[in-house]
Amino acid sequence: MRLELGNIYINDVKLSDTTKVENGVLYVNKEEMLKEIGGDEHIKSIDLELAHPGEEVRITPVKDVIEPRVKVEGPGGIFPGVLSKVDTVGSGRTHALKNVAVVTAGKIVGFQEGIIDMTGPGADYTPFSKTHNVVVLIEPVEGLKQHEHEAALRMIGFKAAAYLGKVAKDLTPDEVKVYETEPLFESVKKYPDLPKVGYVYMLQTQGLLHDTYVYGVDAKKIVPTILYPTEIMDGAIVSGNCVSACDKNPTYVHLNNGIIEDLFEKHGKEINFVGVIITNENVYLADKERSSNWTAKLCKYLSLDGVIVSQEGFGNPDTDLIMNCKKIENEGVKTVIVTDEYAGRDGASQSLADADPKADAVVTNGNANETIVLPPMKRVIGTTEFVDVIAGGFDGSLRPDGSIEVEIQAITGATNETGYVTLSSKGY
Amino acid sequence: MSKKIVHYINQFFAGVGGEEKADIKPELKEGVIGPGMALNTALKGEGEIVATIICGDSYFNENVEEAKATILEMIKKYNPDLFIAGPAFNAGRYGVACGTIANAVQEELDIPVLTGMYIENPGADMFKKSLYIVETGNSAAAMRTAVPAMANLALKILKGEAIGSPEEDKYIARGIRKNYFAKERGSKRAVDMLMKKLKGEEFKTEYPMPDFDRVEPNPAVKDLTKAKIALVTSGGIVPKKNPDRIESSSASKYGKYDISGFNDLAEADHETAHGGYDPVYANIDPDRVLPVDVLRDLEKEGVIGELHKYFYTTVGNGTSVGNSKAFATEFAKELKADGVDAVILTST
Repeated sequence: MRLELGNIYINDVKLSDTTKVENGVLYVNKEEMLKEIGGDEHIKSIDLELAHPGEEVRITPVKDVIEPRVKVEGPGGIFPGVLSKVDTVGSGRTHALKNVAVVTAGKIVGFQEGIIDMTGPGADYTPFSKTHNVVVLIEPVEGLKQHEHEAALRMIGFKAAAYLGKVAKDLTPDEVKVYETEPLFESVKKYPDLPKVGYVYMLQTQGLLHDTYVYGVDAKKIVPTILYPTEIMDGAIVSGNCVSACDKNPTYVHLNNGIIEDLFEKHGKEINFVGVIITNENVYLADKERSSNWTAKLCKYLSLDGVIVSQEGFGNPDTDLIMNCKKIENEGVKTVIVTDEYAGRDGASQSLADADPKADAVVTNGNANETIVLPPMKRVIGTTEFVDVIAGGFDGSLRPDGSIEVEIQAITGATNETGYVTLSSKGY
Repeated sequence: MSKKIVHYINQFFAGVGGEEKADIKPELKEGVIGPGMALNTALKGEGEIVATIICGDSYFNENVEEAKATILEMIKKYNPDLFIAGPAFNAGRYGVACGTIANAVQEELDIPVLTGMYIENPGADMFKKSLYIVETGNSAAAMRTAVPAMANLALKILKGEAIGSPEEDKYIARGIRKNYFAKERGSKRAVDMLMKKLKGEEFKTEYPMPDFDRVEPNPAVKDLTKAKIALVTSGGIVPKKNPDRIESSSASKYGKYDISGFNDLAEADHETAHGGYDPVYANIDPDRVLPVDVLRDLEKEGVIGELHKYFYTTVGNGTSVGNSKAFATEFAKELKADGVDAVILTST
């Protein structure tokens, strides 16, 4: 499967009467966009605001972040099974608007929405301080239950990204990257001497409000299976969860998964990157056992020499991570796991809820409990009224002057466990 | 002006004598004695040992409280900028004494401290979490390498400079995790680590697996019909509106609430503060997480003796092992004092 990904670099976003891209500037017709993404009966109001890198702006509570993309050639459309029909995606050509993100925000759904600061110390911790953000502020109708609220927000976010992505369809990309994965036997024939490497992609599926969707299927209900990496670049996997902001994978990160990109860098040269095994993080022990048995089985079946396993969330999924690692290693497949830590605010506690000597190659994306003081910002998009109760906040997090003391757990993407960020942690 | 240091050594390194003199009480001497001389030289005039305290290892370990009190008094009057104990190498009792007194100086006098030991010295295990312990060889023959390492760390502490990693500054890892921004993003580091692992090259994990603290379950309760049972949860059930504002994640506290007036928890009176799971079903019926209704039934049926008047609750989500241990240490005493025979611990 071969995908051409055409990147169009955007250096500014402005409101205008037509939605278009000109000279690297994305112009957005607010009225038209709101009309296109609105209409959900569960939603009282939707508004748009823009936030640019370096501005004194705080966005919170943030639910999802999504990159605008559009399918240009090849079967299917972006977000198959969710916005588009369920055609198998990942081949042909896709265009992406780079440096731009749709950010969904508004009244809190669960406890786990995040904060994005566009400048100051908090900006260093979130990858989304570097993107021009089109913030969709969504207010639900009175009395809406969390499940419907989450679903409504999720869909509006995808629609918003698809709406903006459409303008990229007829543009000439600034660069075109080609990603190709051959069918297994062909790739082994083509690269007989290269080690076969896979990626075990753990998806957050701890339950309602903690779900991820694959081609529209709730990933709680899947058994581990194999995807071409480029399917994921076309939105085969989307976020539907409110897990702690620091280490959930926003849809943006699924589309731009760093492990997939960095494995492709070496594909055909140092390794044969044969594909992605997706698995879940269900809460029942039998599910954990079954899924980790199956990831190990698939690794063996594909005769892999090495895999990278990434986690999403923390605590309960630490057990899935360790089960996957242990069982895959037991199949003789060399494993590296990617996670983050909850070592306490003082950094002195055990970082994971499970451990095993087989997990001897760990990449950590930082201790989520470390605290930070975020100075007041001139403008808040959304509201800071939930800062004390979101995961990572505590009583008194929001100070009278508008500054916020929180664990970095509350910052969107701070300790992302696909290694999308540079934050890490060391023992002292 | 050079900074003041008080140094602690045992009878052997003071040249008083070996095992036969291990029972000597703490003595205070002005200036340097024994290994202090080499340390002083290595400090290059930026720090100076102004006094040395000598104590026998047996005396210290057999009279800990008295020895500690006497030594703290001796140190106090110098108001030093740093307190150094040892190095103790692999001498067990000396290592424990160095760790104990250094810890006391740090805690009670709020003066920075430093010691040195061999990694297998029992004192190292006891105190590495709370102290900087320079890693030394296992005998006094390693003094040559121990002194410069201790002097280096001493100067950093005296000057208020940032302490480097255990490798950089040659101390025993304290197990404290600190964040930093790496040069490469995590995904790239993971791919590079995998390449090394595949090639059989040396690689360095970023998080060495800890020795896991597993708890053996207690034996079964012999007679449930007479047992007083308490409910404890990490599922975050609290009275409505979360009166003590227990955090939705990374809890810094726990709550203790009276359930004597409840036969059944309901949406109107209880809810969950937990941010790590879907709260909808727990909020509709909090008994799903804290089964007061079922325990009341069992109480009536005589299956259990009684349900304890209070339940203890916190949020397990992202809460450190350190905090969890501290909470339970505190309320387990109360449970025992209240005559509770067994606890049902519910999660989420």
